[in-house]
Amino acid sequence: MADPFFNEMYGAEGLRRPYQRLEGWYQNMPSEFRALKQAEAEDLFRRYGITFAVYGEGGDPDRLIPFDMFPRVFAAEEWRKLERGIKQRARALNAFLSDVYDRGEMIRAGRIPAEMVYRNEAYEIAVAGFRPPLGIFSHIVGIDLVRTGPDQFYVLEDNCRTPSGVSYMLENREVMMRMFPHLFQENRVAPVDGYARLLKRTLASVAPEKCDRDPKVVLLTPGHFNSAYYEHSFLADLMGIELVEGQDLFVEGDFCWMRTTEGPQKVDVIYRRIDDAFLDPLCFRPDSALGVPGLMNVYRSGGVSICSAPGAGVADDKAIYTYVPEMIRFYLGEAPILENVPTWQCAKADDLKYVQENLAELVVKEVHGSGGYGMLVGPKSDKATIEAFAAKIAANPSNYIAQPTLALSTCPTFVEEGIAPRHVDLRPYCLVGRDIELVPGGLTRVALTEGSLVVNSSQGGGVKDTWVIAEE
Amino acid sequence: MLSRTAANLFWMARYLERSETTARLLDLGFRNALLPNTGGGYRNEWSAILQSKGTLGQFTEKYGELKQRNVETFLFFDQENPSSVASCITAARENARIVRTALTTQVWDAINVSFQELKALQRRERSTLEVPELTDWTLRTASLIRGAIESTQLRNDGYRFMNLGYAVERADNTARLLDVKYYVLLPSVAYVGSGLDNYQWTTLLRALSAHRAYNWAYGGELSAAQIAHFLILNPKFPRSLLSCSIEVNEHLDHLARIYDRSSPAQEAARKLLAELAEARMDDIFDEGLHEFLSRMISQNAGLGQCIHDQYLTGEAR
Amino acid sequence: MILTVLHKTRYEFTRPVGGIIQSLRLTPAKCDSQKLLDWEIDVPGAVLGTMFRDGAGDYIQTVSVRAPTNHIEVTVRGTVETTDTAGILRGHRERVPPLAYLRNTVRTEPNRAIHDLTEAALDGQDTASPLERAHHLAAAVAEALPYMPGATQAHTTAAEAMTAGAGVCQDHAQVLIACAHLAGLPARYVSGYLNATEDGTPHEASHAWAEIFIDGLGWVGFDAANKCCPNEQYIRLGSGLDAQDAAPIRGLVLGGSEEELDVTVVIEAQQQ
Repeated sequence: MADPFFNEMYGAEGLRRPYQRLEGWYQNMPSEFRALKQAEAEDLFRRYGITFAVYGEGGDPDRLIPFDMFPRVFAAEEWRKLERGIKQRARALNAFLSDVYDRGEMIRAGRIPAEMVYRNEAYEIAVAGFRPPLGIFSHIVGIDLVRTGPDQFYVLEDNCRTPSGVSYMLENREVMMRMFPHLFQENRVAPVDGYARLLKRTLASVAPEKCDRDPKVVLLTPGHFNSAYYEHSFLADLMGIELVEGQDLFVEGDFCWMRTTEGPQKVDVIYRRIDDAFLDPLCFRPDSALGVPGLMNVYRSGGVSICSAPGAGVADDKAIYTYVPEMIRFYLGEAPILENVPTWQCAKADDLKYVQENLAELVVKEVHGSGGYGMLVGPKSDKATIEAFAAKIAANPSNYIAQPTLALSTCPTFVEEGIAPRHVDLRPYCLVGRDIELVPGGLTRVALTEGSLVVNSSQGGGVKDTWVIAEE
Repeated sequence: MLSRTAANLFWMARYLERSETTARLLDLGFRNALLPNTGGGYRNEWSAILQSKGTLGQFTEKYGELKQRNVETFLFFDQENPSSVASCITAARENARIVRTALTTQVWDAINVSFQELKALQRRERSTLEVPELTDWTLRTASLIRGAIESTQLRNDGYRFMNLGYAVERADNTARLLDVKYYVLLPSVAYVGSGLDNYQWTTLLRALSAHRAYNWAYGGELSAAQIAHFLILNPKFPRSLLSCSIEVNEHLDHLARIYDRSSPAQEAARKLLAELAEARMDDIFDEGLHEFLSRMISQNAGLGQCIHDQYLTGEAR
Repeated sequence: MILTVLHKTRYEFTRPVGGIIQSLRLTPAKCDSQKLLDWEIDVPGAVLGTMFRDGAGDYIQTVSVRAPTNHIEVTVRGTVETTDTAGILRGHRERVPPLAYLRNTVRTEPNRAIHDLTEAALDGQDTASPLERAHHLAAAVAEALPYMPGATQAHTTAAEAMTAGAGVCQDHAQVLIACAHLAGLPARYVSGYLNATEDGTPHEASHAWAEIFIDGLGWVGFDAANKCCPNEQYIRLGSGLDAQDAAPIRGLVLGGSEEELDVTVVIEAQQQ
């Protein structure tokens, strides 16, 4: 029986090369040993404090994201292509952002509808005409990819604001190396631990021009009740920078200051992990207590850098997404290396008609949704669900886009009975500063339920260590 | 360092020390309860212990009668009692989690594991848990964390704030424990020097893990004056008020050196140390031990406030 | 016309507050209808940041007090030479695309009454030019909301003002913005000063109106409250999506307390 899904370990021609040395590993692993290791992994994660609160579900804030020990592996030449494609996309997205907050050449050229950009909620009027240091708006670009065949990769979505999950990339590797050191001796796995150093370098490289010293970089978190707090604290620690909350910063004169045991200290770069709306109650939501009043004034007068720049979200909107290949052609004059998933925009009458007629075959998402919420997976839904969803689309078409259900690749995953193929996606993290950097790896998310295509951790997905085998 | 981080480290240490003290109090009460009923003080012991933490009212409101089982629950598990071991460890872990970046892996590990173990204890059938197991666990946990701090933390300002937290809290606790014994525990003056009196002194020393140290230092004979001297003025005993004061001064001096300026907190600390270094037991008894201890408790609290104003708000220029 | 401005804003707190931070939009920008002759902002006891110009062309300045205080006073003194441009904003340097002003905020979100008002105003106007349509809308808003101080508050939304059935310039501007958006016209809130109404009766000198973007003309001011377009009696301070976004002073008090606000604005035409 032919597998309709591309199995990354056992392709059509049998065992694929990147996985060669893993076959013996799992086959020779006694099940008691495996259980032992799985428990050890869980213990390690819990000890490190890597837990995850499911968004909007309440419940145990100390829940672990399930970790699957079977690594997901890429060959060096596969990664090379991905790397070029991801960097190309990150460059184009930034070119787009610095254009739409400046002269809007792509819009003037008629290559993207003005309304789609300027009427977008994520387009920040407050930063129009402002050019951040080096013209970079999105300093950490998370690009979600899926695979459908040996050479077929699709970009599912871009994340230009504050993509999360990179701590899992780093910790998954840490845990794997601790549990299975010999695997790393046998396989030449490219290291990912340089990420923090690169991130720090990236952030420092976009310090304001006014800054004439070693830039003071801080990470701004909404606080320890946030579900991603662990990641914030983990990254700050790896970079050796202060983890601050809004209350730790204040604005005076032309600068932003941090409250320290030695009195106020000037801050140059803020890696913020809070949304635009909460950054500054004097500019955005007045009821926000998470931000720093007056921060946007300091930012716009060049006293501090904010990463990612407020307003960066206009580039990762699901409707804008369809234009990214066009951005690549327009700004870079290059052909896109990575393909988009064909997307129907329900805002367009023709597309809407097609979507309504083919709902059972499509995946429908909210334009501004995230985390796998508010979406319909047609082939996996019953008639009543589809009909209910159709009504929602009809009520507000422009809120939805639709995509074909992709035959997501699978990767062997440990299950009760041994191993079994489970669907995976990939989020690499591209850093954009004076240089563009990408560490060889990323976060592989896996849908642990048999047949499921939803990999979001908020919907019961798990994670895997992601390997890139270094060149021989 | 970030003022909020310093505050979290300071309070993390205070809560850890406090959890230990609560466990010691629990131990003290438990041991006293083993004593055969020789006088009217017997029933009052638990109330005295709750009084020393200022939580007697809260307890009676919630549990009514002073049953030992309830007191144990109240002192160890009750999350509504802010100084229960469970509350303190939870608060310490929360403070630690917020400043995860300022702690070494070993310290975080020790605190986090203790929190996980606490949760495991909470899940266990209450009847299988005896006080000695609970108090032993708490003291062991406290030592483990303290040890991790001492052996792995950088000797930077963060380390100083943790130790300030420990020392300020410890001084408060020693003063309170001694006060309980001397002022509250004994049913009447008539019992001074009685068997009950001696038994209580011994258990106090035991609760402070100072029983054998005392014997070595003072030759084994129990006397109120000597025990008070040991707990207040003996610089060799790590929980004595003098030791705590020396420690506070040492860490504040380090901070002054790191930050290249001294502060009102140093002054307040020096004043307290000067008094303790000069004090003699006779003077203390003349003042009245309870009065002296009350004054120490309040001066120590003032010192804590000074540290807060100078370092933990980020307002001091 | 030469207009002099003296604008004092004093906040008194019943209990001392820990500190104050404000963002000021209190300096008019140069454009064809106005030219600054002199202008000065004074806030005793506060630290002032360097003034900068934002994308909408407004001058912005940060003011902060970092010590406990029980009051703060912002004083603006200046002289502006104004010219009547029939309400058209010309020679104003700004970078925000007009299409960005089609979005609503909580304060400009239309309700049924605003929908109805817009529909009625534009009934039979299908062939009218955008400018004519804008005039119709402004007239309809003036009609629907008689000027009545006290009928609404500082935080009243357009929809709430419609329900109240009366309002002040702020309500007129916000309702007009909501109507314009329904008609597909970019619109925004403008805050500024007004010397006097056209008939010469003195008027509340702090003022607000709406600007509607008309293809070919650019931004055009509509003062529904006074049934006119801004002329040489008006000084334009800055713009935003609504009253809050365009506020001349947007501030925050640390360790909040009851506050009492006292504003005096004196605008005078200089004899020439």
